Amino acid sequence: MTELTRLSAVEIARRVQAREITSAEVTRAHLDRIEAVDPSLNAFLHVDRDVALAAATAVDDEIAAGTVRGPLAGVPVAIKDNIATRDMPTSCASRILEGWRPPYDATVVRKLREAGLVPLGKTNLDEFAMGGSNENSAFGPVRNPWDAGRVSGGSSGGSAAATAAGETPLALGSDTGGSIRQPGAFTGIVGVKPTYGTVSRFGLVAFSSSLDQIGTFGRSVLDAALLHEVIGGHDPADQTSIDAPLPPVVEAALAGARGDLAGVRVGVVRELSGEGNRPGVLTAFTDAVRVLTDLGADVVEVDCPSFTYAVPAYYLIAPSEASSNLARFDAMRYGLRVGDDGTHSTDEVMSLTREAGFGPEVKRRIMIGTHALSAGAYDALYGRAQKARTLIVRDFAAAFEHCDVLVSPTVPVTAFPIGERVDDPVAMYLADLCTIPTNLAGNAALSVPCGVSVDDGLPVGLQIMAPALADDRAYRVAAAYELARDTSSGTPFADTIPEPAVLETTS
Amino acid sequence: MSDITRSDVAHLARLARLAVTDDELDVFSGQLDAILDTVGRVSDIPDDVPPTSHVVPLTNVLRPDEPAPSLPREAALAGAPDAEEGRFRVPRILGESQ
Repeated sequence: MTELTRLSAVEIARRVQAREITSAEVTRAHLDRIEAVDPSLNAFLHVDRDVALAAATAVDDEIAAGTVRGPLAGVPVAIKDNIATRDMPTSCASRILEGWRPPYDATVVRKLREAGLVPLGKTNLDEFAMGGSNENSAFGPVRNPWDAGRVSGGSSGGSAAATAAGETPLALGSDTGGSIRQPGAFTGIVGVKPTYGTVSRFGLVAFSSSLDQIGTFGRSVLDAALLHEVIGGHDPADQTSIDAPLPPVVEAALAGARGDLAGVRVGVVRELSGEGNRPGVLTAFTDAVRVLTDLGADVVEVDCPSFTYAVPAYYLIAPSEASSNLARFDAMRYGLRVGDDGTHSTDEVMSLTREAGFGPEVKRRIMIGTHALSAGAYDALYGRAQKARTLIVRDFAAAFEHCDVLVSPTVPVTAFPIGERVDDPVAMYLADLCTIPTNLAGNAALSVPCGVSVDDGLPVGLQIMAPALADDRAYRVAAAYELARDTSSGTPFADTIPEPAVLETTS
Repeated sequence: MSDITRSDVAHLARLARLAVTDDELDVFSGQLDAILDTVGRVSDIPDDVPPTSHVVPLTNVLRPDEPAPSLPREAALAGAPDAEEGRFRVPRILGESQ
């Protein structure tokens, strides 16, 4: 990694805006880094060097003329490939949308451009964001920078691996059941799922509309917070967008970095923090909770008994919404069309196209959703899942009466070997145990690295959950923890992420 | 608990417009069965719990009814699998037997 690709977004922004370096130099360094390591990682599905450099040069010209668009002006960013970009393809890592170029930008992409960030390219994901390992991509799995034989996590695995490996300082992802926090934990970086409705979904290809949420990746809490403030806020183009001020997440990250959590009430969720976790994950988590206590937080245990229904409820609600949302891929208006040879009807062309264009996990979820919404099964399955959702919302409400934030491991395991779970969807689903409750309740949560597991040396995530519209609380606790972690080890955790190219040549 | 057969998968695939293969009927019937066994645990939940479909308390989000330009036709058609005379071209709607 060159020096420029090790820098935080904050430091890149400072240097570019002080005209110590140009955005074009920084952007070129990251593009070179992508060329060097992405053949091993497969984190990017599309990179356009010329477009990125042109955007960077435009920002440099503005800064030279005295205009700085925002705190992150001149900083490169990667975008998950289920977020619409008018100058780059948006494939959702699916054959059915391969090469499709949206006619408009997603609101978050428009905001990135308006704030002077420089899009580098589009990142790999599980097809239509359905998965937790990135093995469901039609364009191959993303490899974990810590160990090329292991998954990056998913579904935003490309964004997570790219940020961890220094291909980009920042990235956007989407989180429907943990798809930002889980790959963030697996790759040793910060991943944030904002409160539902506080970041526009306009231009995010819909998977499960009542759960989908765009969020941010960074190698530090403050970097993730700065990007969060760029993309957040009310958007009339998204009917579920909340018309309220965005919580002050940057201010909270700065406040947390003063290192004092006196009076902050932290609840350890008993149902997510026990025997179900691998020993090394549990040890890292317990150590992290001890650090929160040392910082002055009041730590208590809380019970959320209905969280045991979260995985079953999620794997009914998300597929049900997906089966409806993905009906738009009908081979008529965009994407792939198969069998249009004059002998097949529209209906047959739809079926042949969807069969050829969707991968196995997408088909499984469409069929589960179709079943759960069918007349005979609706009450017993989809209807019950909605009741489970009520119980989970109530558990959070009760816990947040006594606690400012709740904590758990982000994932019960560390990054698993590629191929280990591909034929066992149920085993794959259980990796979402700790992250799903937050999506069902719509509140905020983030994952911050809490060291590595003694079992295998792979990173572990500390999940911090906050009430809806109180995202700032999670940032404050995360920033305080991050500082204490790095002070105690003597090295910023981000600097301990191994070099993927070196791993390749030594193995 | 659940008992998903090959013909159930074929039925679901037909409803979902997926022309699944014979091999897929075997693989998916086993996998859907295992998934439904796991998710079926929600049946323990009592009847009297109200459902939650959406967590943001918003209803009837309205805006002023002001005309604004829509997507230009060329842009809308640019990503289509096929277009003709400024419209989406689609295969015939009715099959041989209809």
